[in-house]
Amino acid sequence: MPDISTLNNYQLIEYGAWGLSLLLGLWMLFDTLKTNMTYSEDLLTSSREGEIDDALVIDPPHQGGHR
Amino acid sequence: MTQTTTIHGEKISLLRVLGPGHVWALGVGIVLVGEYMGWNFSVGKGGAMAALIACWVAGLLYTCVAMIDSEVTSTVAAAGGQYAQAKHIVGPLMAFNVGLFLVFAYTMLEAANAITLGYLIQTVGGMMGMTDAAGEALVLHDKPFIVLTIMFLAWLNYRGVYATLTFNLVITAIAFLAIIILFFAVKPWTTEVLQHEELLTGLPYGWIGVIAALHFGLWYYLGIEGTCQAAEEVRSPARSLPLGTMTGIMTLLIAATMTWFICAGLMPWEYLGQAVTPLFDAARLMDSMPLMVLLFIGTIFSTLASANGCINDASRAWFSMARDRYLPQWFGAVHPKYRTPYRAIVFLVPVAVLFAYYAPLDQVITFSILSGLLGYTFMTFNVVMFRRKWPLGSIDRGYVHPMHPLPALVLLLLCSATYFAVFLGYGTQLMAMMLFFIIASLWFHFHRYRYVRRGDQFSMPWPRPQGDY
Repeated sequence: MPDISTLNNYQLIEYGAWGLSLLLGLWMLFDTLKTNMTYSEDLLTSSREGEIDDALVIDPPHQGGHR
Repeated sequence: MTQTTTIHGEKISLLRVLGPGHVWALGVGIVLVGEYMGWNFSVGKGGAMAALIACWVAGLLYTCVAMIDSEVTSTVAAAGGQYAQAKHIVGPLMAFNVGLFLVFAYTMLEAANAITLGYLIQTVGGMMGMTDAAGEALVLHDKPFIVLTIMFLAWLNYRGVYATLTFNLVITAIAFLAIIILFFAVKPWTTEVLQHEELLTGLPYGWIGVIAALHFGLWYYLGIEGTCQAAEEVRSPARSLPLGTMTGIMTLLIAATMTWFICAGLMPWEYLGQAVTPLFDAARLMDSMPLMVLLFIGTIFSTLASANGCINDASRAWFSMARDRYLPQWFGAVHPKYRTPYRAIVFLVPVAVLFAYYAPLDQVITFSILSGLLGYTFMTFNVVMFRRKWPLGSIDRGYVHPMHPLPALVLLLLCSATYFAVFLGYGTQLMAMMLFFIIASLWFHFHRYRYVRRGDQFSMPWPRPQGDY
């Protein structure tokens, strides 16, 4: 870990960009894992091509959202 | 809480929330960066006049693409776009290849945009002229911003299509307006600023230069066909897709011609042919700070919009192939809350990062162009087979393109000329890519296709094919 007092402004910006990238990446990974564990695989992969307007749309924690 | 089974046949679909404006933003957003940078390498290949010819010839090519695509996709309204078209009209092996063309074209374009954005930020860092305590000039490195661009846009795409494409609509409109403002700022009605008479020097490399210029002439429009990837997320596909696509290609034809007119009248072809940011350079030549700021913002926004649209399209193509088991079905999942193909989005992030981090820009761009070109070649015989199997009147079409089969023939002719142009500059890459697609096809035919549920993949309620095919 570099000594923060020796960093110039550009290095701080670069570390900021790396940090933000890491944060966003971890957020997506965490949410993916959480979603995979919360819902059944059958439900997650239940989308079918051509099934457009009818007999859809379920969003278990958000019932009544989109229809 | 773990829900182990689906209840009452509950299903999750992608969310139908988009309108024609979003479709326009998706298509134009992916492409407009080509006006800000890239097109001008066609000037280096054959001079400014050759670039104008390439601009209009490529414009004709893409008008054919947009017309053909609008007709077919107004009937095959499914995520995956041309992949779903190929599956229904030609067959599984073609569909697998078209799906790969799409994923590679968009992922490579996304990587190219991230590289460009990193370069722009690095350049701005250099222009700030900051120095350290010893008086040495400080360097702002591009890599963190390349990765951040991909991560941020992937995160945005993960969280929902409506916010993603509304964001694209706003930044694309600003980038397009910036070109129009610059066009009026150079006073095209006078010769006060523009010096076309002095700067247009004919064809320095003759007509072979015009053919070679076609390679980068595609850059003015590459990706407009991506509009149909939104087919399962627009409220009215039969209306919105043709409307968004056709207004998109019109926008691009106007923007491309304006861009050429401004740049060719301000810079000699020897400089323009190798400039990195030609429109920004044009603004710098105007010696106006507001114009410089506006065109810099336009450059950044167009790059962001392109990468954003590419993530959207590549993930839909990957998702659609997985949903049909052309790839592991695991990738065909939809997020229950955000209603996006979240696994496809996350999976393609490291692919884009690796290419953006390690591959040279021109190789990445050429990979993208070649994948796109293979897709356009498919469209020519796809539309001929479509009209033969399902003639006019046999199924409902949201749009019928005129003068069939002339657009298909023109498209095939122009694709052939462009293959030759690419071969002139990147013959090895062309061969390597063809080899890759042949190996991938063998894998699909001998291994993967056994997992596909053959009856399930044909989802359109069409009558049996008729006619002579």
